[in-house]
Amino acid sequence: MTAVSAGQLLPWLLVAPLAWAVIAVLIESRRGALTIAVHAIGVLLHVALGVALYTSVARSGPAAHALGGWSAPLGIGLRADGLAVTLVLLTAVVSAACAVYVMTTERAAHDADAETPRYFWPLFWLLVTSLNGIWLAGDLFNLYVGLELLGLSAVGLVALGGSETALSSALRYLMAALLGSLAYLLGVALIYAAYGTLALPELAELIAREPLTQLAIALMTIGLCLKTALFPLHGWLPPAHGVALTPVSALLSALVVKGSFYILFRLWFDVAPEAVTPLAAQGLGVLGAGAVLWGGWQALREPKLKMLVAHSTVAQLGYLFLFFPLAVGTGVSAAALATQGMLLHLVAHAFAKSAMFLASGTLIAAAGRGGVADLAGIGRHMPMSLFAFGLAGVSLMGLPPSGGFNAKWLLLQSALASGQWFWLCVLLSGGLLTAGYVFRVFRESFVESKDSQFTPTPRGYDWVALTLAAMAIALGLASQAPLSTMTSGLRVMAGGT
Amino acid sequence: MNADRLYAYVGVVLFAMAMYAFLTHTHLLRRLLAFNVMGGGTFLILVGLAQDGRGPDPVPQALVLTGIVVAVSATALAIILLRRWFALSRSTALPEDQS
Amino acid sequence: MSPIPEISGWWLPLAVLGTSLVPALLIMLLAEHRQGVRTVLNLGAAVVKLALVAYMTWGVAFGNNYELRFGMMPGVDFVLRADAMSMLFAGLSAALWLFTTIYAIGYLEGAPNRSRFFGFFSLCVASTMGIALAGNLVTFLVFYELLTLSTYPLVVHRGTPKSLNAGRTYLRYTIGGGAVLLVGVALFTSLVGDVSFADTGALVSEASYDATLLRVAFWLLIAGLGVKAALVPLHGWLPIAMVAPAPVSALLHAVAVVKAGAFGIVRVVYNVYGVETAQALGVLFPLAVLASITILWGSVRALFQTEIKKRLAYSTISQVSYIALGIALFGPWGSIGGLAHLLHQGLMKITLFFCAGNYAETLGVHDIAELDGAGRRMPVTSAAFTIGAFGMIGVPPLAGFVSKWYLGLGALESGMPWVLGVLVLSSLLNAAYFLPIVHRLWFRPQTAPWPDEHSFGTGETNRWLLIPTIATAVFTVGAGVFANMPYSPLRWAMLVVARVYTQ
Repeated sequence: MTAVSAGQLLPWLLVAPLAWAVIAVLIESRRGALTIAVHAIGVLLHVALGVALYTSVARSGPAAHALGGWSAPLGIGLRADGLAVTLVLLTAVVSAACAVYVMTTERAAHDADAETPRYFWPLFWLLVTSLNGIWLAGDLFNLYVGLELLGLSAVGLVALGGSETALSSALRYLMAALLGSLAYLLGVALIYAAYGTLALPELAELIAREPLTQLAIALMTIGLCLKTALFPLHGWLPPAHGVALTPVSALLSALVVKGSFYILFRLWFDVAPEAVTPLAAQGLGVLGAGAVLWGGWQALREPKLKMLVAHSTVAQLGYLFLFFPLAVGTGVSAAALATQGMLLHLVAHAFAKSAMFLASGTLIAAAGRGGVADLAGIGRHMPMSLFAFGLAGVSLMGLPPSGGFNAKWLLLQSALASGQWFWLCVLLSGGLLTAGYVFRVFRESFVESKDSQFTPTPRGYDWVALTLAAMAIALGLASQAPLSTMTSGLRVMAGGT
Repeated sequence: MNADRLYAYVGVVLFAMAMYAFLTHTHLLRRLLAFNVMGGGTFLILVGLAQDGRGPDPVPQALVLTGIVVAVSATALAIILLRRWFALSRSTALPEDQS
Repeated sequence: MSPIPEISGWWLPLAVLGTSLVPALLIMLLAEHRQGVRTVLNLGAAVVKLALVAYMTWGVAFGNNYELRFGMMPGVDFVLRADAMSMLFAGLSAALWLFTTIYAIGYLEGAPNRSRFFGFFSLCVASTMGIALAGNLVTFLVFYELLTLSTYPLVVHRGTPKSLNAGRTYLRYTIGGGAVLLVGVALFTSLVGDVSFADTGALVSEASYDATLLRVAFWLLIAGLGVKAALVPLHGWLPIAMVAPAPVSALLHAVAVVKAGAFGIVRVVYNVYGVETAQALGVLFPLAVLASITILWGSVRALFQTEIKKRLAYSTISQVSYIALGIALFGPWGSIGGLAHLLHQGLMKITLFFCAGNYAETLGVHDIAELDGAGRRMPVTSAAFTIGAFGMIGVPPLAGFVSKWYLGLGALESGMPWVLGVLVLSSLLNAAYFLPIVHRLWFRPQTAPWPDEHSFGTGETNRWLLIPTIATAVFTVGAGVFANMPYSPLRWAMLVVARVYTQ
């Protein structure tokens, strides 16, 4: 039997999670072992598909597929290059970890109110479907559909908490997401009017530097920045990510915000490198720097643990935007280094932040309250969770060995290569701020007080968080292979701008 | 001026007006309606501008159909959340917008 | 010609790291009450590591090469390699590690959180081994930062507000220093590329690079390393970190942390820039001045301390800078003195800290004023303390004398005779702050009951505490008396130096 080609695998990465979303709705009323078994199979299948697609594309190059035999423009064209399949695999792994965390809760739950809220699983699978849809989309409109579905399922997941704050956060998130998608869609309309196609490869050939195109790209960029919570449009993110259920926070911070950033990257560097200007790139960089400093500062002052981690996400997303001034209008080698650094940061942050959220959730579950100060003396009781938190922190701080360090190193080298010392200072201050808020948590944990009470938590929680954190660390020692897969075929690596 | 271009201009006006409403109003239901009007404006631009001077084009029509489905689902979700929020808080605006 | 079969030996550096990395993880997972298993793991790992390091040292002496290299990220390799210089530091750490572990087991008997403590203890030695074996600047940086992270839990181990504040100070200094070091390494790499450490310097022809940027990179690197090496004015963390348990102090002062900083400076001058290039760039003279200021400042401050451990801490600041001073004296004699002192200071200072810990654990004594008559109650510990103190002062034939002798020769050779004055002055200051303690120990009668006395059967104190103290004191004598035997610290320093200078 011959190996399945990547092109044949592509549709299954949408079909399988969508099928499980439907199944999840059908067995929604059931509880216990059956749901766990069904979703475990789904998770395993999804990871297997992700691995198969990744290895296939890493080995034999990009693939494409036209759904149902309908090719673009009317049909939905899927395409998978190295970057896309890496993100598919990342999604599979991180979402699997979050799913296991939820299953651990379900298994451990003896009383009804600790159970997973209704509709978690359908929304979870819908979220995964839309993420895969974004990574694999071949045209700007399907990116819009993916973006919108991603936003809706994410908002639904935030609202699952059910509390008043959960609902207000979800509504605020929804408003931001809707506005962002419409700005993006308006840009799409202008692009179609100008070029008569939305397929990414064709547009890349056609796009020229003219005002209407630049207006379209500006609109799309603003919409996507709003959805990626770029400072100062980040106000919706901390409450949404901070108040959601722990595994949901992990999914949102690790993957969902990366979806819109991925589109932005494709737009600027794959589709329209001719139309973007260094000035605009510097502008995005300045906002990114603002995010790094402001997010870090907010995290330093935040009294609640999960909100602290959420502010940290704002700061870490800022690093992604430092990529723009390093890659637009600079030399080939600076742009290549910046691309590698940014992509590595994206992946490392996904692992580290999901690990940190899961570990924080476990710590809060043990302490019974969510304040940083409530963790006083927890070190003796929850060493594993703290260890996972710490490993994740190492990567976020950009200390070696970790994916976060390698990413920071590459960005530093890029800043030096293009002589932009300013960004170097931002990178360093961001690291110091991160160290500040990570060690705030540790300081509390080492307090030796006799009176604090902690409830034991399931062992599975710690293993999930540790696994994710260990991946962020391992990425520091072995970033060569994933980087070469991710960057293969990207125009920016060959000096496309 | 042909009809297609007119649609596009009307779309721009609708989008701008609705966006103003979206950003200035605090009542969530009004903002939701504004979102829908903005969506309508975008669809008009999408079809009108694409067909302007080129004649009928099935692609933007198909896109708009998809867009409408997405907008309807978004509206449905928003209404559910809104109702629930109203039931819990007795408020029609987000906490930071309440006077 | 080589008595060791010519195996590539890439796994040896890895095994040396693994002998503390794996036990670290196992110990952390171990339940608190499994004391027996923990002790076996700790000591077993320390002994196996020592054996591996000894074997590698032997091989390196005969010119064998042990290297592990793989791509860490685009443009940067992860390199572990054993050269003569690495074995200098690895040998010291592996040997002192064994003693510190024995001491810590005794010291922490019955204390809480031992799994955490010993886990990070092992992680800390793993980082130290990594620092010793790192084959390029980035790998060095990796382990240098890992050392910061693994020592923090040890510094705050007691969990009191005082130790938590000390931990915060420690982090501010070391994380800040790490960031500066990162910029230095990044700048150097962007100028020269990812180069491996080489005996006579990785910078082949400095003429082809911008000399100003090379100097900037040099001072960034020194500033980053100077935090851990406690160069004035970056030394503030060291006296504050004294709140940590005694084995941790031994670790900070003798085995790992300040040594890592000093060793880094050695690496930067000799194996990155090359001592001759550094001389040509004119950076050695300012470094010598900086080291001299630190030597005198630390000694003066030590005079005014009333706590035993505080006085020892300021003494460390002063003594570690002898290493930097030796490096900065251009010429083989100064280098020999500096490198030998890397080992000698470790032996002497760890002895002194063990003694301080013994007094605290046995008699409850923390202040110098309370030591009156302790020599009669604890003769062995006090004898060891006396040896350590005399060594620090530089009384022949102890280890400290050997270092100072060669440093003096180096000062003359490099044309900086004023350094002799620094050495003499500092020795006088050493005598001024150590001799009063020795006097109290032996010649003053006990005036008040011991603050918190414990009895340990027949011996003067717990045997786990006493044995390492005796051992390191004996080594202090041995390193001086047998300075000319093969594999002595001095002879090994000479071997290294012979490879460092091209003419």
